[in-house]
Amino acid sequence: MIPISWYLIFAAALFAIGLFGVLARKNAIAILMGIELMLNSVNINLVAFWRYLNPEAINGQVFAIIVLAVAAAEVAVGLALIISVYRKRNTIVAEDIDMLKF
Amino acid sequence: MTIETLVWLIPLPPILAFFLIVLLTNKNKGLSHSIAIGAALLSWAGSMAVFWQAVNTPELGKNPIVSTYKWLPLGDKWFNIGVQIDPLSAVTLFFVAWTILMIFIYSVGYNNYGQPKGDHDRPGLQPHGATVIDENGHRHRVPSIEPMYSRFFAFIGLFAFGMYTLVVSDNLLTLFVGWEIMGLCSYLLIGFWYGKPSARAAMIKAFMTTRVGDVFMLLGVVYLYAQTGTLNYRDIFYNEATLHTLATTPSGILGLSTSGLIGLLLFIGAVGKSAQWPLHVWLPDAMEGPTPVSAMIHAATMVSAGVYMSIRVFPLISAGMQEGGQVTSAMMVMSFIGAFTALFAATIALAQNDIKRVLAYSTISQLGYMMAALGIGAYVAATFHLITHAFFKALLFLGSGSVIHGMEHGVLHTDDSIDPQNMFNMGGLRKKMPITFWTFLAGGFALSGFPLITAGFWSKDEILADAFGHGHWAVFLTLAIAALLTAFYTMRQITLTFLGEPRTKAAHHAQETPWTMTFPLVILAVFAIGIGWVGIPEHFPLLGGLIPNWFHEFVGGTLLEHPVGVEFSPWPLITSLVVALGGLALGWTVYRDIPANAPDPVEKALGPVHKVLKNKYYFDELYDFLFVKPAFWFAETFTSLWMDRKVIDGFLHKVAQAVGIIGNFFRNKIDKPIINEFFGDGIGNSVKQIGQDLRPIQTGKIQQYMMFGLSVIVFSALFFYFFVLKPF
Repeated sequence: MIPISWYLIFAAALFAIGLFGVLARKNAIAILMGIELMLNSVNINLVAFWRYLNPEAINGQVFAIIVLAVAAAEVAVGLALIISVYRKRNTIVAEDIDMLKF
Repeated sequence: MTIETLVWLIPLPPILAFFLIVLLTNKNKGLSHSIAIGAALLSWAGSMAVFWQAVNTPELGKNPIVSTYKWLPLGDKWFNIGVQIDPLSAVTLFFVAWTILMIFIYSVGYNNYGQPKGDHDRPGLQPHGATVIDENGHRHRVPSIEPMYSRFFAFIGLFAFGMYTLVVSDNLLTLFVGWEIMGLCSYLLIGFWYGKPSARAAMIKAFMTTRVGDVFMLLGVVYLYAQTGTLNYRDIFYNEATLHTLATTPSGILGLSTSGLIGLLLFIGAVGKSAQWPLHVWLPDAMEGPTPVSAMIHAATMVSAGVYMSIRVFPLISAGMQEGGQVTSAMMVMSFIGAFTALFAATIALAQNDIKRVLAYSTISQLGYMMAALGIGAYVAATFHLITHAFFKALLFLGSGSVIHGMEHGVLHTDDSIDPQNMFNMGGLRKKMPITFWTFLAGGFALSGFPLITAGFWSKDEILADAFGHGHWAVFLTLAIAALLTAFYTMRQITLTFLGEPRTKAAHHAQETPWTMTFPLVILAVFAIGIGWVGIPEHFPLLGGLIPNWFHEFVGGTLLEHPVGVEFSPWPLITSLVVALGGLALGWTVYRDIPANAPDPVEKALGPVHKVLKNKYYFDELYDFLFVKPAFWFAETFTSLWMDRKVIDGFLHKVAQAVGIIGNFFRNKIDKPIINEFFGDGIGNSVKQIGQDLRPIQTGKIQQYMMFGLSVIVFSALFFYFFVLKPF
């Protein structure tokens, strides 16, 4: 059986990639996608730990499914916001959306 | 209704009238005087009922009509107040009720009710007369109605309340309350025409002078209460044990016994109220009040209160006197002041030309008689003279008011600007004003002690007989001379006013006054003649024993030991006959034919002494120099200039300066630098500065925030890892 560390390393790499995407990309949709990556890396961790440490219980899978549901809802809200911002500002570049500044 | 309830109710109607008039009926003159007279009538009726009951009670002195109730809780006991009618208050009530009712009726006419409103009359000034045009088109000047008519009735109503309260009360405290109410009313009535500066000065003088006496009286009341724990008459004056204790306890002042000292203090109160020397100066000035109603109130009613109180406290003053022995030192003082005042005031009256002032001084003199009588222990004689004097002096004052009123009518009619009160401007008024003349004659003869038929003779004779019988020679002689002078100046007054021919045009046109004024005169004249017959001494030749000496029996019952009447002796009788008739004859001879503008014959005869008498022995000037001027100096120089301006103001200025300096210090050294700059502005500024400094962090760029958040997390994690967990 594949050691758990492989899963963990993979998940960490995926998280780092997602984080980089969130921090580096200009496109707001790409940032959202980065967030999805990070969420899914967490899901991988959750499922891996469930499988290796406590396979009799069901809670790891339930956790992952909840995260998926929340991610879906979040994407729906996030995309709606981006569309709304685009309509207003005619851009989806994160740097230009700075209405909250001083 | 029991008789006790009735006694409680006697003082009530006049005070109700006072409040009704002041609060409600002030505008309506007729209604106001109806209320006042109605109230006086009710009180009069009550008084007569009580008097009748009192007379018909056997041994009233032992069992007086008494009603008390608990008034003031004092520690573990109560201070009781109540009413009491013993023989003394019964006879006092009798004359008070009659005189007050007569004054009230008289006031209607005196204040010109029914006359037109004056042309230029103003409240606070005497009515100056009105011009009317009759049906023939002639213009006449007639007297005008008093502008403050209702107010006058309100004041005398309050006054009547004070007098009734004083008479029916059973203790010295409520007596003092009535006493002070009358003091206030006399102040208000003397200054009734407050527009006149002389009236204002007189009202203040009267109030201040009587105040001197009242302070001492209050001291006496307090001392008495401290010694005995009660102020009730019966508990003190009708209680042998209490009197004995008071008489034997030395007071430590001037060697007097406690009772003597208390008696003297109370007597000083009476000296002020009854205008005895040396506090006599206010009474003649009180004649500034509306002639003569208030003058009569002051002279015949209120001043009687002083004598009434002295008679009341007589057991205290005489406590310790042995039967037939030496009089107490308090009585010595009393007889001296009384006799001295009697003579002293009678001499001043010789040189006065104002008809009212003569009566004022004669009042002082007669009150001195009563004090002297008390001082030699002639208790019943003093009471007797008090009552006869009240009637005939009331009659004389009202009569003089009637004369002045008639003269004012003449003055208005002739437009002659003369003094309507100066007797030298009168003359021949007996034909113009017959009722006034005959009644005045009755009063004047009673005052002079015209033998047998007048009341004044019996009461005065009794005092002289008492002084003679007990061997008080000085008092006897002084009073005899005073009686001679009294008869003389009374006849002078009668002759100048009524006899002979009119000396001025105004006197020629004088008119008899309306019935509201003459009716009281007639009633009082009846008493001035008849009241003396109730007290004819038992052993008097011919008349004695025909009518029993009811008065002596009745009033004597007020005392514990029934006073014994003196043995009859012809000498005092002869003396009083000689002085009365001699004085009257002398007065008539001297003043019989005085032409107009002639000098007073007495002036020539007495020379410089006359000037001294005319100026009342310069007592006003003396008091002015001794008390008034120093008081003014003290007020102006010491209190105002030195104490107030320099000391107190200076101190206050210094305090203010010091406070200013301290304030400046706090402002400049604490408030401005520390509170304002450091705390106030400093905190505000630094918050502003920090905000400004932190402002650039807020870029609005989401990825920068995230970088910041990430770096915080990373650094925190590293910190936690290396410094908290310490893996190495």
